[in-house]
Amino acid sequence: MAEAIEDNITKIVVISSDSVLPMDAAMKVYESEDAITIKETCFGTMVNGPRDAVNRVVETLRSMDRNHIFVKERGFKPGAEVRCRAGRGGGPRPGFHFLREEVSMLPMIGRALDEYDAGEPLEEKEVPQKLDVSKLKKIIDSEL
Amino acid sequence: MAKVIIYPTNSLILSDMVERFGHEPLAMMEKIREKITTVGVDSPPLNITPEGPKHGLKYAAVEVPAGVRGRMSIIGPLIDIAEAAIIVGDASISFGCMGCARTNELTKFLIREKDIPVLEIQYPHTEEEGKAFVYNIAEFLKALPTGGDDE
Repeated sequence: MAEAIEDNITKIVVISSDSVLPMDAAMKVYESEDAITIKETCFGTMVNGPRDAVNRVVETLRSMDRNHIFVKERGFKPGAEVRCRAGRGGGPRPGFHFLREEVSMLPMIGRALDEYDAGEPLEEKEVPQKLDVSKLKKIIDSEL
Repeated sequence: MAKVIIYPTNSLILSDMVERFGHEPLAMMEKIREKITTVGVDSPPLNITPEGPKHGLKYAAVEVPAGVRGRMSIIGPLIDIAEAAIIVGDASISFGCMGCARTNELTKFLIREKDIPVLEIQYPHTEEEGKAFVYNIAEFLKALPTGGDDE
């Protein structure tokens, strides 16, 4: 039956910070003594290696700017043939559009996390509701 | 620590938030990693086999397209072990790897059917909505039992 080779994981570290650059994060990873592989990308870095080492490094990276650095696990290793653009003749890799869309929301999420940590209360705002069907019908039937 | 299934199942924001507030995110990426790193008769890098749609039969009927069943064979087991869920609607980005509308509907349906705490929320578009989004998720996650290692 199937059996896992080793407990290697890959994590994507997305940096949406004003004070930390992807380069700074990459340097921090290079400083690490753990046997891990990293890949610098346009949105941050990808870290691959044994689970404990990766978690340790990711925690260090996160502590650089806690609310503006986001992490998720990735199924494929950096440079995996089925995902890497180099072997697929270019074009965005699968999953890129999703990541890009979420990355555009990160500054907003980061600011909200800052406010949440600061204990600022959430102001209750009235959310515009959808128009009731009966009201819509009345509007349609009304003579102007 | 509760196992929290997220929808969209590969979301960076949700996966990060769940981990940030001390719980375990149940996400597609982890399952995919298992699929492609597990050594078997069908060797890596892609252990996507005709077995997938068969396993998916537990979650979707046989007349449902094989793609839905194949996807459910990955997402279904995650729903089975979930102890809580966060569903984010209005995800215009549910295409690409997430791109099967029927699987998405079935996933959300199965999560709602399960007797677990579910937070349903919309993707934020403005600063105010972003704030409410984070606050709601944070409060929901904080209310979940953190528990010891008694599982």
